[in-house]
Amino acid sequence: MISGRRSAAGRALTEPPLVRRALIGASLVFLGAFLFLPLLAVFVFALQNGVGAYLAALVEPDALAAIRLTLITAVIVVPVNVLFGLAAAWAIARFNFFGKNLLITIIDLPFSVSPVVSGLVYVLLFGLQGALGPWLQAHDIKIIFALPGIVLATIFVTSPFVARELLPLMQAQGTAEEEAALTLGANGRQTFLRVSLPKIKWGLFYGIVLCNARAMGEFGAVSVVSGHVRGLTTTIPLHVEILYNEYQFAAAFAVASLLTFLAVATIIVKTMVEARSRTGS
Amino acid sequence: MTPRRFLRDLLIVVLAAAAVLTTARAAHVTLLNVSYDPTRELYQEYNVAFARRWKEKTGDAVTIQQSHGGSSKQARSVIDGLEADVVTLALAFDIDAIAERAQLLPRNWQTRLPHNASPYTSTIIFLVRKGNPKNIRDWGDLARPGVSVITPNPKTSGAARWNYLAAWGYALRQPGGDETKAREFIARLYGNVPVLDSGARGATTTFVERGIGDVLINWENEVLLGTRELGQGKFEAVVPPASILCEPTVSVVDRFAKKHNTLAVAQAYLEYLYSEEGQTIAAKHFYRPTLPAVAEKFAGQFPKVELFTLADIAGDWQKANRTHFADGGVFDQIYLPGR
Amino acid sequence: MKERGVLPGFGLTLGFTLFYLTLIVLIPLAATFYKTSALTWSEFWSATTAPRVMASYRLSFGASLVAALTNVVFGLLVAWVLIRYDFPGRRFVDMLVDLPFALPTAVAGITLTSLYSGNGWIGRFLEPLGIKAAFSPLGVVIALTFIGLPFVVRTVQPVLLEMDPEVEQAAASLGAGRWSIVTRIILPGIVPALLTGFTLAFARGLGEYGSIVFISGNMPMRTEITPLLIVTKLEQYDYAGATAIAVVMLVISFALLLAINLLQHWSRRRIGGAGIDGAGA
Repeated sequence: MISGRRSAAGRALTEPPLVRRALIGASLVFLGAFLFLPLLAVFVFALQNGVGAYLAALVEPDALAAIRLTLITAVIVVPVNVLFGLAAAWAIARFNFFGKNLLITIIDLPFSVSPVVSGLVYVLLFGLQGALGPWLQAHDIKIIFALPGIVLATIFVTSPFVARELLPLMQAQGTAEEEAALTLGANGRQTFLRVSLPKIKWGLFYGIVLCNARAMGEFGAVSVVSGHVRGLTTTIPLHVEILYNEYQFAAAFAVASLLTFLAVATIIVKTMVEARSRTGS
Repeated sequence: MTPRRFLRDLLIVVLAAAAVLTTARAAHVTLLNVSYDPTRELYQEYNVAFARRWKEKTGDAVTIQQSHGGSSKQARSVIDGLEADVVTLALAFDIDAIAERAQLLPRNWQTRLPHNASPYTSTIIFLVRKGNPKNIRDWGDLARPGVSVITPNPKTSGAARWNYLAAWGYALRQPGGDETKAREFIARLYGNVPVLDSGARGATTTFVERGIGDVLINWENEVLLGTRELGQGKFEAVVPPASILCEPTVSVVDRFAKKHNTLAVAQAYLEYLYSEEGQTIAAKHFYRPTLPAVAEKFAGQFPKVELFTLADIAGDWQKANRTHFADGGVFDQIYLPGR
Repeated sequence: MKERGVLPGFGLTLGFTLFYLTLIVLIPLAATFYKTSALTWSEFWSATTAPRVMASYRLSFGASLVAALTNVVFGLLVAWVLIRYDFPGRRFVDMLVDLPFALPTAVAGITLTSLYSGNGWIGRFLEPLGIKAAFSPLGVVIALTFIGLPFVVRTVQPVLLEMDPEVEQAAASLGAGRWSIVTRIILPGIVPALLTGFTLAFARGLGEYGSIVFISGNMPMRTEITPLLIVTKLEQYDYAGATAIAVVMLVISFALLLAINLLQHWSRRRIGGAGIDGAGA
């Protein structure tokens, strides 16, 4: 590929170096304005009072409580949505049935619902003035302004991710291989685990990554159902807001930068999975 | 790695993480104080003082949890079931809403504590850039052409409502001032506003960090705190000759306090706000104390302003809200197309 | 597509999908309709068609559309560059793409505002050109482009990754040039994913609140987005008015999403098969 003597067929497999560089350049300029500079800004703001202040903001008890609550939420939300995503993608990509497009649209719907409303719907259902509120109050069950409400709002907001990531992939792939496996006598579970899952693992991986990132970063919906009790019902994004409103700009950005490390952790996992699957095969 | 092993490993990690994370919290006698935005620093200090005092008096330990946010958003949370023992909000209107919409406390709550249940007061003044280049002295200057004014959206911010009403009061109290002239003044003033932030602290950031606007209208305590803490020496406070008397109010939320068995400590918590210690802490955070002895001690800190009340210029909150801030009210009419 | 007999799991996966969607999405959203029903028709009409509300629809839908289209172009470019080319820092760039999800929207809003306002790193270069980026409709587009970028990149990426190089090689050996391979084999294969990415970015833009309130300036009639109007109604304790606007948004975005999904279904039928059937084989 790199050698100068390329056949006509080889040339048709990739772009001329000049085009390639232009494309890379264009995408880097775009990403620069929309991704790199904001990220750089976050770290510049976070470190403006020095590394000591940065670390102090992260280990402060309220920050730790927020980190813990965020992790608990993600640990509950992500597996549930993975299960849903797999089931939904399987049913939609592999079978034909009436109302399929309607179903896909309902799956998409939470994306378009404003976070403000996604929080509000749970308030309308479970709030003291809501449909189930008086009953819950009488039995002293707390849903909103407590962990269950935060989890529910997060599940709602992140429910489409895995399904939406898997769908185009599984639709593009078709079902020939699964059918072959079944004809050769594999049962349904074996077919899924040995044939289908390896084919969709990257889609699933990205789905999990996005779902997790959004679950940890969700602000609007959680803000409505959280109650903002410091150190108790504040997630990382809400803690960032609190710090910002206390004019502790450096600390706010320090805690926010924590979430950007998520992306770093993600890529490390991805590299590891890649390496293992290569040696495995 | 087989997908199956991968899934199994994933499950183990998830379960382990869940086990580590869900350690139980120890039980405490706790109070939840649901408050508005600018009181963060005030209650941080006050809560420590009260806990010490309560321990001395009764031997019981008390932990006070805080929730802060926009005043009406906070009131809505309580209405919808956030179990606050006490509420300390920016306007009586918001506590009225809790009483009316959720019946969590009696409607006469303002009679249960001195000074209509407002232990400290404040007013609305201006923050301008160093040297006051646009020479802003009074409310009238804010409506001058070429002056850029920063104030948050009165639809979403309690502070912004006080700002608006102070400007309204100024116009109404001018010689020959009437409602028509006040409407016209308000329209000109808001014509000078380039950005309507959703909250008071957002507006401060727009003015201080983004460098937008010639003048910021805000709580006196925020302005005085701001000149001390933000952008050292780049700003100065300007005090108009007259402004509105703001009365942030406090109340026990009876139903939740009864449920938590915290009625006594919640009451003591609010009463302590009126004590000399409580008033001193409030004054240190630039809230005007109501206790004469403390007020005298801190007199030098608070500029002389002629204060008019809400009742003088707009009736009560119900009426003010209906006339000015409700949909289709005076504020909405400013932005109607064709004006 | 495939006859239902061969592959297993239809009843189970579809059943679970429907159950989950009903519980997590449909019942909570029904609460908004229920709450809105407290209004009379004329109240509903005046709440949802006031001039200010109409202006906000125009901004919300217009800005989301522009941002989603921007992301289709640049998102495809970024995905292509990340999968097909190698350049220094590729992994690093790849990992940053998730940033807009991980960063709490409020932090994104604050950061973008500080970059694009008149005294910011980017804004100071735009201001002399007469371009007002922050506190203008352009600011809304900038924030929504940031928020929506990962949707396009991450839906296109796995499809590009799973695409079989043999198809391209075969076409090249048959004498096809690079341009025709890209436009006739690769692009048709990723159109469904691209459309999905567009849909998601667009849908997400409609509801976005946290980042916009910082960068738009919230001026009535000019830079006020619809979710902000929902919040202002709530602040007046007008729950029914708030849910009325939410219901209108919901119905319009549902119709739009359904239309896009039908379009996608139709486009897959027409051009789907070419060049992708062998993918993953």
